Amino acid sequence: MTTLTLGKALNEAMRRALAGDEKVVLMGEDIGTLGGVFRVTDGLKAEFGPNRVVDTPLSEAGIVGTAVGLAYRGFRPVVEIQFDGFIYPAFDQLIAQVAKLHYRSRGNVRMPLTIRVPFGGGIGAAEHHSESPEAYFAHTAGLRVVACSNPADAYVMLQQAIASDDPVLFFEPKRRYHVKGEVDLDASLADAKPMGLATFIAKGDDVTLVTYGGLVQTARDAAIAAAEDGISIEVIDLRSLAPIDYESVAASVRRTGRLVVAHEAGQQGGLGGELIAGITERCFEYLEAAPVRVTGHDIPYPPAKLERHHLPDLDRILDGVDRVLGRPNSLSGVEAGAR
Amino acid sequence: MTPSDRDATGLLTRRDQYVQLITPTGERRHDPEYDPWVADVDADALARLYRDMAIVRRLDAEATALQRQGELGLWPPLAGQEAAQIGSARALRDDDFVFSSYREHAVAWCRGVGPAELLTVWRGSAASGWNPFEYAMAVPQIIIGAQALHATGYAMGLTWEESDAAAISYFGDGATSEGDVNEAFVFASSFDAPVVFFCQNNQWAISEPVDLQSKQHLARRADGFGMPGIRVDGNDVLAVLAATRIALDRARRGKGPTLIEAVTYRMGPHTTADDPKRYRTDDELADWRTRDPLARVLGLLGAMGTDADALEAEVAEESRAAAAELRAAVTTIPDPEPMSVFDHVYAEPNTHLARQRDHYARYLAMFEEADAAAASGAEGGAR
Repeated sequence: MTTLTLGKALNEAMRRALAGDEKVVLMGEDIGTLGGVFRVTDGLKAEFGPNRVVDTPLSEAGIVGTAVGLAYRGFRPVVEIQFDGFIYPAFDQLIAQVAKLHYRSRGNVRMPLTIRVPFGGGIGAAEHHSESPEAYFAHTAGLRVVACSNPADAYVMLQQAIASDDPVLFFEPKRRYHVKGEVDLDASLADAKPMGLATFIAKGDDVTLVTYGGLVQTARDAAIAAAEDGISIEVIDLRSLAPIDYESVAASVRRTGRLVVAHEAGQQGGLGGELIAGITERCFEYLEAAPVRVTGHDIPYPPAKLERHHLPDLDRILDGVDRVLGRPNSLSGVEAGAR
Repeated sequence: MTPSDRDATGLLTRRDQYVQLITPTGERRHDPEYDPWVADVDADALARLYRDMAIVRRLDAEATALQRQGELGLWPPLAGQEAAQIGSARALRDDDFVFSSYREHAVAWCRGVGPAELLTVWRGSAASGWNPFEYAMAVPQIIIGAQALHATGYAMGLTWEESDAAAISYFGDGATSEGDVNEAFVFASSFDAPVVFFCQNNQWAISEPVDLQSKQHLARRADGFGMPGIRVDGNDVLAVLAATRIALDRARRGKGPTLIEAVTYRMGPHTTADDPKRYRTDDELADWRTRDPLARVLGLLGAMGTDADALEAEVAEESRAAAAELRAAVTTIPDPEPMSVFDHVYAEPNTHLARQRDHYARYLAMFEEADAAAASGAEGGAR
């Protein structure tokens, strides 16, 4: 085991992928000489050369669109979108091309692209640097969408995404880039847990709390805090947002009877609603209370000094837990009781 | 007022500002720069180009007829653009890769795409009609200009593999306003990608005239991206062949991309769903009819000593046979199986879609069971 930051774990995953498959190429803005604005690709251009780690013009559609052409040629491009809020110029190429080419070509053309996206807030950044656009992509047939939350998963899941013959939107919680964890650099991918499966972070009996990306640590902290009040929370790191591992979540909800979903992204049309619907279809009769969403507000991402009023934090998650438990000592628990 | 005389600078009205080797009346115009690139094109070779153009014109007309008769859902006719497509496609090697839009039926024909394969997507029977790797040609792209980036990326890959093959991207005048096309120009230029940007300026993007897309000749756009731009008479198959060969040669020698503007005209509607009478005049159409791509080649062949009448008759017979084959092929395209709607969404197993697929299969099975029950009930009634 080696202690690595999440960013370094991603770096090691790409190093291993580049070394293991000569068709793997990295593309993005500032990823080569600079090593990426978060240094996630640091040193890779020096090691693999400018044709494997490619600094591109400032054109997100261009990066993704040329990656499509490279995939036609048999390459396995790993694209970095510098920030979540910069992905929209590439939207057409992602939705109309990357997602649909395998279908359109009746399986003849594979699109084994990995689109790395630093996502989420909590870093006091300027506009367009803290967004959570994952639901757009989860809504699109043909794409897989995953989010890592810790260094060990980052290392394994990114390699799995690169190895996947389907296009993968790979969301990286940028506020967790510098957090350290234990990583087994020699771990065999063959034995690793598939990226499509969720992970149980903490065991509990009273409430199932599902989240992903940057909020996983917050959820873990919430579980610890709740335990002091005698509430036992089961925390699930969803990891795969499309497809969703409903079976793991349902197994938990069948035991706890209560579900809270947390994400930074806004509520309307978001993954929380989708997850709750899927769970309700599967285990309605086990639910003891209406599931609760703890999400960002349905607003544009606010200025840095307001983001703490937007992002779900430990207290807001605990408030959601109180609501799903119908606890009267919670302000919104009163609301829950009233409905 | 026609679109062309709206332009105050007059640039768009100067039609002679392009490379032309065969005049509309069939005279060979000599050009010291371009002639060497088609020095091998003797009367036989020129007759073959004529044959290509005549056959695809007939196939295109047949496909339009098939749409009118309800056999196809839609057809985007290529009529008028035969020289642009045949001249460029015949410049390609088998290992060059084509990324086209949706109107390049003549290019597909040159690549060897069969009649049923060509019509499948327009019949609505499947998402596409052929395997791109079988003919080194991507299936039709409907998003305007998106394929310019795909060609560029493919070409970047060729460079990294040190291949001397090239990619070619076909798009129209309307596509030059799309970000994707301009971004493709940037990438191709910066990476010296071996790609040919072949713009068929057919004067109209559905109802919008080309001067809504550009106030100057499209080929001049190339300057700003640091690549050569060639403006060629797109109704002159020889000039198009020469220009494309020049661009491909540059690409193979590592000199990077070239933009070719082939000045042509869409004689028909944008698609069979369009009514061009609402936006353009009969006079304009008549004017372009005098610059027909096929007639001029017959004229030149006659001057070269070929029996043009005999050739025309012979090719007409061949074209009729090809059209009959196309007509016969359309009914051989199998109707898709209902459950195939789920095929190929993903390359790998997908739990969510598998569940949806299973649900729909069981839903459909209910009807079969109901039908079977009704059938046995009917039998019972007959006893």
